[in-house]
Amino acid sequence: MSDKNCAYKSGAQIVDEFIRDKFTLGMHPNEYIKKLITPLNILAGIVVLAGLFLITIRFIFGLDQVTEASNEQPWGLFLSWGLFSMVPFSGAGFVMGTAVHIFNLKKYKPIVKNAIFLGFLGYMFAVIFLMIDLGRPWRIYYPMVISFGTASVMFLVAWHVSLYLTVQLLEFCPSALEWLGMGKMRKIVLGATLALTVFGVMLSTLHQSALNAMFLLAPGKLHPLWYTSYLPWLAFISAIGAAISLLIIVSKLNTIYLKERADKEYLSNIDDITFGLGRAASFVFFTYLGLRIVSVTHEGAWGNLNSPFGYWFLLEIALFTIVPIMYYYGTHIKNLLIIRYTAVLAAIAIILNRLNISLITFNWQLPDRELFYWKEIIVVVAIIIIQILVYRWIVNRMPVLRTHPDYVEEGH
Amino acid sequence: MNLTRRDLLKIGGTTAAFIALGGNALGSEDFSGNSERLGMLSDTTKCIGCRRCEKACNRSNKLPTPIKSFEDTSVFDEERKPYVVDVQSYTVVNKYNVDGKIVFRKAQCMHCDEPACATACPVGALKKSKEGAVTWNQKVCIGCRYCMVACPFHIPAFEYSSAFDPKIQKCFMCYERIKDGIIPACAEACPVEAITFGKKSELLKAAKLRIWSNPDKYLDHVYGEYEAGGTCWMYISDTDFSKLGFPEGVGTTSYPKLTKDFLSMVNLTLISLPALLGGFYIACHKKDEEKKEESQQINEVKS
Repeated sequence: MSDKNCAYKSGAQIVDEFIRDKFTLGMHPNEYIKKLITPLNILAGIVVLAGLFLITIRFIFGLDQVTEASNEQPWGLFLSWGLFSMVPFSGAGFVMGTAVHIFNLKKYKPIVKNAIFLGFLGYMFAVIFLMIDLGRPWRIYYPMVISFGTASVMFLVAWHVSLYLTVQLLEFCPSALEWLGMGKMRKIVLGATLALTVFGVMLSTLHQSALNAMFLLAPGKLHPLWYTSYLPWLAFISAIGAAISLLIIVSKLNTIYLKERADKEYLSNIDDITFGLGRAASFVFFTYLGLRIVSVTHEGAWGNLNSPFGYWFLLEIALFTIVPIMYYYGTHIKNLLIIRYTAVLAAIAIILNRLNISLITFNWQLPDRELFYWKEIIVVVAIIIIQILVYRWIVNRMPVLRTHPDYVEEGH
Repeated sequence: MNLTRRDLLKIGGTTAAFIALGGNALGSEDFSGNSERLGMLSDTTKCIGCRRCEKACNRSNKLPTPIKSFEDTSVFDEERKPYVVDVQSYTVVNKYNVDGKIVFRKAQCMHCDEPACATACPVGALKKSKEGAVTWNQKVCIGCRYCMVACPFHIPAFEYSSAFDPKIQKCFMCYERIKDGIIPACAEACPVEAITFGKKSELLKAAKLRIWSNPDKYLDHVYGEYEAGGTCWMYISDTDFSKLGFPEGVGTTSYPKLTKDFLSMVNLTLISLPALLGGFYIACHKKDEEKKEESQQINEVKS
């Protein structure tokens, strides 16, 4: 940006300017650090430190120090939250990528970079959760290089998640390259947008469904109201709904908390975009509800309704019934508030569904089950906070909610 | 002409390689089995609950000595799992009181013919050996514990207390011994021949012969003949198996079948989606090109 005056500056000045420009949002470092000290940030910091401490303990003394560590319930909150509940929302990248780059829906262009970034972050943190949970995390690349278990759904997930993480990094990196002022590289990567989008859609379709398909191997363990051969397709459809709902929520939050990082095009279009997303979400969730009911009928599982797990199932289904109706109603009477609250409800419904499949109704027949240990919650909350901080750090600096001033003319 | 054909072949080859990566469910699905594979037959009517099999297993596999000795019968007060966290044992004998009748049942890995754990394993660490034992390769295991999620018998256990070398623990049918033709430790130690070791095919015949010659004594059911697609460890009994701690909902479907449909969709998706999306792209952008100026005007009017 400021290359012209370079000749008149000392080295220290250049470093100082670089730090101010790229890292401390134009402030003096001391001033920046002072600004960071707020009660909320201190609380967040304490939780993050506690979480990091517990993660360190896990890597030195083993998983049983931090998790419920049961041989009957081998996957706990780390995977139930970090992988199974979070990845559906990370479908944001591929849903918006398809809408804008394949179906040419220009209306959604202002949020496509944000969507891809949310997706990338979601996957990156899913891998972080996986690293914490894997018994031998230093072998995480084994399914790709060393030994192939080709009949395993998890083998598929490993391949697709790693490939898709790479694709999303490439899809997002133009924003980072703009921030770093590397125009040439940016142009090369942008040229591959269509190919990356197509590849991304293939990988997403397969592994979103594969995440649930992993439980196809547990017919006697997953409760019959949740176990169905439709599991993969239900996962895929609900991931689209999850992605759209997340975008509705985050788009609104951005206009409140990161307003000064967004350009006019983003801010003035969000309401209109939210209506469009709400309409799409209503359609997606109606489809999901239909398929869900068909799936329970197909498995002949309605007889299990009159039991504690049956009532729990009815609660989940009630949420999934309210969500599409509210989305439809909200878009019909043009009420943004209803759509946004419905998005929150939809997110709760999807998280509940994923927790039910991977944790709560898994091994429902066993007595004396303990689902997770309190330390697991601290680690999960700490990582959620880190995730939000990373999101804010990047959006505060890179052109995610706006077009970089150097590339405005390119437009659309 | 030649060149294009070679190019086509190249593309075909790469596609085929990618599809193979995408998911080849054939491996274990088409398992017809080595007809010579070995197995075990447990007869619960003969077992006296002496726990000598547990002791022999512990010694043979060099597992840590448990707190309660193998002669202590107070362990029967509660139903034990073969694998409680870090109390390492590959097998346990449990005592069941079924309507006043005392029955002992030994529990361990069933050595399925088409194991759920091997189907689940993303690195092929768990494998069905040609000898019949389901083995585990420490060198490639990544510790994901999907095998434990998949196993219908709740068998594989994980060393949660180990941060640097956590192993999967389960009975390996004394693989190192049977490879050399030596009988597994538990079967060798059994004083009443409640455990018989041999070829699975012959054990199945022996089991049926025993049932047929004592129809009033035994239930007409060899547990493991069909369960989970067939197992190498089989049981015969005079008591309903559901009352002897066998898990419900195992069924007779072999586990690879459960994910086969999904895995074959993978190839379909990999091949058809690019074409489909390409088509959509062209369709959606063609209109755009034609109506570019027109739509710009409309946008201006709208805003």
